[in-house]
Amino acid sequence: MAHIELHNVAIEFPIYHARSRSLKNRLIGHLSVGGRIGEDAGHRVCVKALNGISLAFEHGDRVALLGANGAGKSTLLRVLAGIYEPVRGLVHSEGRIAPLFDISLGFDPESTGYENIFLRALFLGMSRSEIRERRDAIGAFTELGDYLAMPLRTYSSGMKLRLAFAVSSHVDAEILLMDEWIGTGDMAFIERAECRLAELVGDAGILVLASHSEEIVRRTCNKAVLLRQGTVEHVGDVDDVLHVYKGMK
Amino acid sequence: MGMLRTVIPAQYGNAEDRGRRAALSRKPPTQVELAVHDLVEGACQWHIWGTLGLHDIRQRYRRSKIGPFWLTIGMLVMIGSIGGLYAGLFQTRVADYLPHVAIGFVIWSFVSGLINDGCNAFISEQGSIKQVRLPLSVYVYRVVWRSLLIFAHNLLIVLVVIVVFSIWPGWSILLALPAIVILSLNGIWIGLLLGLLSTRFRDVPQMVTTAMQFVFFMTPIIWQPESLPGRAWVVTYNPFAYVVELVRAPLMGTATPLHVWFFVVVLTFVGTAIAFAMYVRYRRRIAYWI
Repeated sequence: MAHIELHNVAIEFPIYHARSRSLKNRLIGHLSVGGRIGEDAGHRVCVKALNGISLAFEHGDRVALLGANGAGKSTLLRVLAGIYEPVRGLVHSEGRIAPLFDISLGFDPESTGYENIFLRALFLGMSRSEIRERRDAIGAFTELGDYLAMPLRTYSSGMKLRLAFAVSSHVDAEILLMDEWIGTGDMAFIERAECRLAELVGDAGILVLASHSEEIVRRTCNKAVLLRQGTVEHVGDVDDVLHVYKGMK
Repeated sequence: MGMLRTVIPAQYGNAEDRGRRAALSRKPPTQVELAVHDLVEGACQWHIWGTLGLHDIRQRYRRSKIGPFWLTIGMLVMIGSIGGLYAGLFQTRVADYLPHVAIGFVIWSFVSGLINDGCNAFISEQGSIKQVRLPLSVYVYRVVWRSLLIFAHNLLIVLVVIVVFSIWPGWSILLALPAIVILSLNGIWIGLLLGLLSTRFRDVPQMVTTAMQFVFFMTPIIWQPESLPGRAWVVTYNPFAYVVELVRAPLMGTATPLHVWFFVVVLTFVGTAIAFAMYVRYRRRIAYWI
């Protein structure tokens, strides 16, 4: 059973070139956008990207992460993916994770579409045999046809998105993590991608999606987390949280 | 596909954390366990670094006709010109001097490649490290593997030299194999250590490149120790002289002095211990530094 638990998690990014005192004084304080800037244990300037985050997600949760720019949505996704190990607190997760953050992961512009499917799939943790098995299904999903034999540098950004999404959505994952991704796809593809996503979430355990689009959030999610300057402001139903979020603005 | 279980512990847990820890089904592993897991799991993911290392080389020469053999040709030109010219300068016979330079040069480019690329093991993987959780050691293995592949191309030069100058080193040539293995093991700890330091201190790669240029001239590659009477200390106190000699001697058919093996084995153990200690302490910070 997929399961994620965060307990009192803090993430701080040290800023090494902000050593001088005057710069420090200017930086430390409260800002309206982004994580709080403060000092870490060694008196260095640091961005407190997340602080005191405690959350638990269970099988079947489709969670939207909401919040202003710099509220910590992407950082939180990376914590869930195990990329940032917290400075304080505990993370416990069970289940294979498929991150869909950056469409360019694993891509090499000089290689063909097929080769890039292979490369990206490797990064996402598929074995060689799994990739061979699914290569055709992935290729078909992209609808790129003969373009798959062309170098990636000839692709438009929408075509790259198709390729990236196709690979990521063919990983057998129990936990799907997505950062605002759908921008450059055309209408037909967005529709298909959303269908695929629904299918995946059906058999995958948990979906966590950072998004600014109310429409996507309402359609896809059954739970929401509102972040504000690196802390959890509100957790609950999508309607509930959206209401609070709008009130905040 | 088996389930992946990941438990990431805090470095400093407060009292509340500890209470909570008991509630979680199992104890979080220590940093040592996580580092060991990273190194072992990374090695097991050979299909990733194997493919990526091959891909690096293929991709660099994608639209060229003879591909990676440009590396070999480039080195051949270098060796040919230095070998011919400097033999005159040092007043030694080309037949003595050129094999020494050729073989030394091939080994040097392997060693310096491991060190220079090791610095960028993590920095150049910024895109992947921030997007997906893989054992970070994968990126170090990739560098070592890629260096080995380039080295394999350059071995052609060694072969040509052996044939042209009809040096048959005898069966001691087989000793080159464990020598290469041990240099590769050194490549792993160097990649971990320098990769980590370079990610935190971005001046390290430049510093290392500069230092390696200096070391190149201090190491008996384009000169022979015999032509430096009275300055034996340059060779005695230069670790790179041992490292190069370890592979060169068996290929040239000279006996490898035992103290050369001894030195390199000690270097491997000490280096690995230091790199491991640093990796245990700072592995989790790499994603933050990058």
